[in-house]
Amino acid sequence: MNVSRRWLEGFLRRELDPRDVAARLAMLGAPVDAIEPLYAGLEGILVARVTAVAPHPDADRLRVCTVDDGSGTPKQVVCGAPNVVPGGTYPFAPVGSAVPVGKGGGPLRIERAKLRGVMSEGMLCSARELGLGQDANGLWALDTDAPPGSGLDAALGLSDHRLVVDVTPNRPDLLGHKGVARELAASYGVPYRLPALPGVAEAAVPPAVKAGASGAVGSVRVAIEDAGCARFLGAVILGATVGPSPAWLQRRLEAAGVRPISNVVDATNYVMLELNQPMHAYDVTKLRGTTVVARAARAGEKLVTLDGEERALPLGALVIADLDGPIGLAGVMGGAHSEIGADTRDLFLECAWFDPSRVRKARQVVGLPTDASYRFERGVDRWNAPAAMRRCIELVLATAGGTLVDAPVDLHPEPSHPPRIFLRLARLAQVLGVALPLGEVERCLVAIGCTVVAKPDDGRLAVDVPGWRPDLVAEIDLVEEVARLHGYDSLPGDLRGARPAAQADPPAVAAIARVRRGLAGLGLREALTYPLGEPATDEAVRLLNPLSAADAALRERLLPGLARLVERNWAVRTRDVRLFEVGTVFRAGAPGARPVERTHVAAVVTGGRGPAHWSGEPEPYTLWDAKGLAEAIAELAAPGAELVPADEGWTLRLGGEAIGWAGPLAADAPPWAAPLFGVEVALRADGAAPARFRPLPEYPPVERDIALLLGAGQAAGAVVAALTGAGEPLLEEVRVLSDYRGAGLPEGTRSVAFRLVYRAADRTLRDAEVDAAEARLLAVLEAATGLRRRAADAAG
Amino acid sequence: MAESTGFPDLDALLPRLDRLAELGADALDAEYTELLGRKAGALTLALKALPTLPLEQRRPFGAAVNALKLRFEDGFQRRRAALDEARRAAERAGRDLSMPARRQWEGSLHPVLVVLDEIVDIFRSLGFAVATGPEVETDWYNFGALNFPPDHPAMDLHDTLYVDRPPVEGEPGQGRLLLRTHTSPVQLRTLLASAPPVRVVAPGMVYRSDPFDASHAPAFHQLEGLAVDEGIAFVDLKATLAEFARRFFGPSTRVRFRPSYFPFTEPSAEMDVQCGVCGGSGCSACKHTGWMEILGCGMVHEQVLRNGGLDPERYTGWAFGMGPGRIAMNRYGIPDIRLLFDGDMRFLAQFGR
Repeated sequence: MNVSRRWLEGFLRRELDPRDVAARLAMLGAPVDAIEPLYAGLEGILVARVTAVAPHPDADRLRVCTVDDGSGTPKQVVCGAPNVVPGGTYPFAPVGSAVPVGKGGGPLRIERAKLRGVMSEGMLCSARELGLGQDANGLWALDTDAPPGSGLDAALGLSDHRLVVDVTPNRPDLLGHKGVARELAASYGVPYRLPALPGVAEAAVPPAVKAGASGAVGSVRVAIEDAGCARFLGAVILGATVGPSPAWLQRRLEAAGVRPISNVVDATNYVMLELNQPMHAYDVTKLRGTTVVARAARAGEKLVTLDGEERALPLGALVIADLDGPIGLAGVMGGAHSEIGADTRDLFLECAWFDPSRVRKARQVVGLPTDASYRFERGVDRWNAPAAMRRCIELVLATAGGTLVDAPVDLHPEPSHPPRIFLRLARLAQVLGVALPLGEVERCLVAIGCTVVAKPDDGRLAVDVPGWRPDLVAEIDLVEEVARLHGYDSLPGDLRGARPAAQADPPAVAAIARVRRGLAGLGLREALTYPLGEPATDEAVRLLNPLSAADAALRERLLPGLARLVERNWAVRTRDVRLFEVGTVFRAGAPGARPVERTHVAAVVTGGRGPAHWSGEPEPYTLWDAKGLAEAIAELAAPGAELVPADEGWTLRLGGEAIGWAGPLAADAPPWAAPLFGVEVALRADGAAPARFRPLPEYPPVERDIALLLGAGQAAGAVVAALTGAGEPLLEEVRVLSDYRGAGLPEGTRSVAFRLVYRAADRTLRDAEVDAAEARLLAVLEAATGLRRRAADAAG
Repeated sequence: MAESTGFPDLDALLPRLDRLAELGADALDAEYTELLGRKAGALTLALKALPTLPLEQRRPFGAAVNALKLRFEDGFQRRRAALDEARRAAERAGRDLSMPARRQWEGSLHPVLVVLDEIVDIFRSLGFAVATGPEVETDWYNFGALNFPPDHPAMDLHDTLYVDRPPVEGEPGQGRLLLRTHTSPVQLRTLLASAPPVRVVAPGMVYRSDPFDASHAPAFHQLEGLAVDEGIAFVDLKATLAEFARRFFGPSTRVRFRPSYFPFTEPSAEMDVQCGVCGGSGCSACKHTGWMEILGCGMVHEQVLRNGGLDPERYTGWAFGMGPGRIAMNRYGIPDIRLLFDGDMRFLAQFGR
C-alpha cells in the first residue's frame, strides 16, 4: 500500500515526519519498506504574477513578460509558452534556483541569460518542468490566493512522501489512508477525521434509501441476485462533464501510485485509496435495458474488460450485468462496453460488498489481479459503503459537475452488524503474562474503533468491533489488539523458570552431527546441493507446478548434485575438490502413501591427496582412496556395512540390503582434471554399538608372511575372509602386503603376499605353536579357496 | 711377554685414544674396526685370546684390556656425538625455515549449518530438544491444521510447490501432498506425538515457488521453535527469544518486538535485533531502520492447540520461526544466496572450521 504523507496529514491535521511515521507504523505491525520523496526540488520555486506581456522584437514565438515575484522589483522574463496572459499566476524559477526537470531530464540551474538578445531573469514553468505531470504544452496556470513571492510548495502543498507500507493480509483497513491515519492517531494520541476536499462543498447528498434485493435509482433498475453480493449501492448523476481532475486530486493519486485518468474515474479511485472501498462508474446510456444486476456468471458468458481483453467468465463467478449480459467482473474489473469516456454525461456509480473468496477465485481463474480485487479479497467494510458512496458523489459533483437525480439506492437484503466479542481480563493476563489495568485495555480497544462496555461483575468486556476490522472475530483477536496498541516492548521480558522438554531428540539427530563432524575431520568441506532437479527415474517425486523442467522433481540421490558442484569448481579452475553433504532424498513410494524420505550421506573427491607443496606434488586420489573414504563413511554413517565389489566400484551392503555405492564418477571434466570418485550411503540412525574396553596386549606378536598365487577371479578379500573367519585363536590380524603381477608368474595370475600376525594374551608364543597355527590356517584356506602357499615362499 | 702372540701392547694403543678427536667420520669408522671390530679388532682379539694366557696373568691383563676397551668405547661415542652435532649444525645453517609447511587438507562445515548448529545449541541450553518432520507434507499439516483459512490471501505469502502424487489416504484433511513451505508443520506433529511440557526446535529444509535470485531460493533452511505448557505467556516468549539473541549476537544486543501476522500464532510478532552493521544508526543493510528482522514468533493460536489435541484454556504456548540462511548471510556478509548452493571450494573454505 502506497501511502501519501500529505494525505495522512489531512486526516491528522498536523505535520508529519515520514521517518517518525514509518517507525510508529513498524511498531504497530505495518512496517514501511521504503520512503520515497515526491515532487522534491521545489524549494526555490515561487508563485509569481505576470503583470504585462509584450512581443519579442526578434522572435515570433517568444514573449517578453514582466513578472511580479514579490521582491518589489519587477523581473523581465522571456517566455515561449503560448498560454501566458497578463494577470496570470504561474510557478516562477528565479535566477539562482533550479528547476527539477530540465530539458535533459535532470535539474536545470536558472541563470541570467539573453534569449535572442533580450535579457531574461528567471523562468516561468510548466507542470512538467516541476515534475508534476506530463503537460508540457504551456505554463502551469495556478489557481491560488497566495501572494506573489510565496513559495510554490508551501502555497500548494505539493512536496510529499510516498510510504510503501507492508500490510499483512489480515489488515484490509490499512489499504486505505483512513485506516493508516487511525493507527497513527492512536499512536500520537490525537483525533483524526476525513480531510476536507479543496473545492468540495458539503454537497447535500441525501441519505441512501434502504432497500432489499432490488430497487431503482433514477432510470436505473438495480438488483442483487446472488448472495455473494451482500450490499450494493447505486447512484445516478446526470449531465456531468468528463475531463482532467484538479491538480490536487491528481497529486494524491500519483502519490499513492495510481495514474490519474479523468475526474470521474479519479473520484472512484480516490475513495478506494482513502476508505478502502473500491467503486465503479458506468455510462448510463450504455446500460442495455438500464438495468444493473449482481448475479452469477452463466455458462459461456464473456466480457471485454477495461484493458481491452476479451475474457471467458468462470461459471458462477460474481458479475455485474445489464439486460444483455455482464458489464463487469464483480470486484475485479469493469467492462469496456459501459466504460466512462470523454463524452459520457450520465453516470451510474456502484459501491458494493462482494464475498472475498468469490472474488479471489474469480481473479485467480481469470488471472487478473487488480487494486480492487486485492481489497475485496481481504475484505472491505460493508457498513461503511454509504459513507464511501457519499464521498464519491461529492467528489464527482465537485470535479465533473452534473446533478444527483435521486438519493442513492442501498440494496442490503440481510442487514447485519459487526460482531460483539467478550474479552475476559483473566484470559488477557493468562496469554500476555501480565495484568493490564482496565483503563488501558479500554483505551487500546477504543483507539482502533471498538465500542467497549465494561462488565466489572464478571471481569469481562463486551466489545463491539468496527466494520473495517473483519479480522476481529474471537477473544484472542482482542488480546492481540490490546497487546499491539499497548506496545509489545512495553510488556515485561524477564526470564522465568520453565519446565525443560519432555521430548527426546530423534536418533538421527545425533547420527547426523557425528557424520558431519567426522567428514569435516577427514578434510572434506560440507556443501548444500539444491534438492530439486530433473527426474532421474520413475520413482522420482515429481512436482505438479515446478518452476521449470530443470527442477521438476525431488532428488533421489545426492551424488549427481555433488558431481555438478565439482563441475562448477572445475569451471573456475579449482582442481582439488572434496565435498560432502548430509541431506534428504526422496522416492515416490506407493500411491496413496507418503513418499519415502531418507537421509543420505555422500562425498566426492578429486585432485591431490594433500595441498600442493614445494617438496613434491601430492599424488591424486585413486580408487583406493575412494574405497578408504567409503569405509570411513560407512563406519560413521552405517556401522557394519560391507563393501562388495560391483561394476567399477563397490556396493555398500548392510543386513542383506544395498544401502550405498562407491566408485569413480562420470562428470564433464576438463582435460587437466584428476579422476573423480564418489560415495553415497543411506544413514543408519542407530549408529555404532558403544565401545567396550579390550585389555592391551602384554606379550609380543609373531609375524609370518605367506604368498599366494591368485588366478583370474580369485579375490584377496576372500583369502582374508577365510583366514580371519577360521576361528584360529592365535591369529590377531591379516594384512595384505603386496600384489605382484608380471615376470616370473604364469599368465593370468598374480602373487599376493599376506602378513599374518599371531599373538597370545597370556604368554610369548613359541615357534612350534605358531607353526601349528599356520598349518591349521593354511588347511582352512585350502579347503575354502583351493589356494596353497607358493613353493618359493614356503622355502623362505 | 715377547714370545706371546696376538696380544697388543696396550701402552702403544693409548695415544690413539687422544687422536680420536681429530678423526673424521670415515676415519673414525675405520679406526673403530681396527680396534673394536667384532672380527678383527685389536682389543676384541686380545679379549678372545685371554684363555691362552697363564692363569695368573689372565686377571690383571683382562682387567687392563677391559678398562682400555671401555675408554675407547667412550671415546668413539663422544667423537661420534661431536661429529653428529657438527653435521646437524651445518644442516641447520643451510636450512630455510621460512619455506611453506606441508599441511593436511582442511575440512569445514557449511556456514548456514554452522549458524543453525549454534542456534540449536543455544536453545538446547534453554531446555529445548530437537524435533524433525518430513519435507513432503500434506496440506493439512502445512496449512489447515495451522489455521490458514482456506482460500485466503495469507496463502499468497506461501508460494507452494505441489507434488504430483495421489492424495495420502488415512490422514486428516484432503491428504494433498506438497513441499512444506515452513517448518511449522512440526509444531502439529510434536503436539500430536507428545504431552506438555513441549519444548522443541525443529530445523529443516523448506520450499517455496520462488525462482533463484540474489535474495531468494526455492529451497532454504528454517528453524522452528515451540514451547507449550501450563502458565506460558507472551512475556516468556519475549524473555526467551531476547535471551537467545543476547547469546547469539552478543550480551549487549538490543531487541524489539513488532506486531505481525501469522495465521498460526496470535498475538503474532517479529523480533528485530539492532543492526550489527551500523549499530542502530541506520544503513543500507537495515534499510535505514537501525534494526534487522531476525524471526517471526507469537503465541500458538488457540485453534492450533486444539488441532494438536490440547485445551487452549489450560495450555498456552509460543512458537517462532527463523531463517538461518539469512542470519548467516548477515553475519558473514554474504551478498548472494546462490553462493550457498554453489559448492565453490573457495567460498566454503572461508567458514566453518
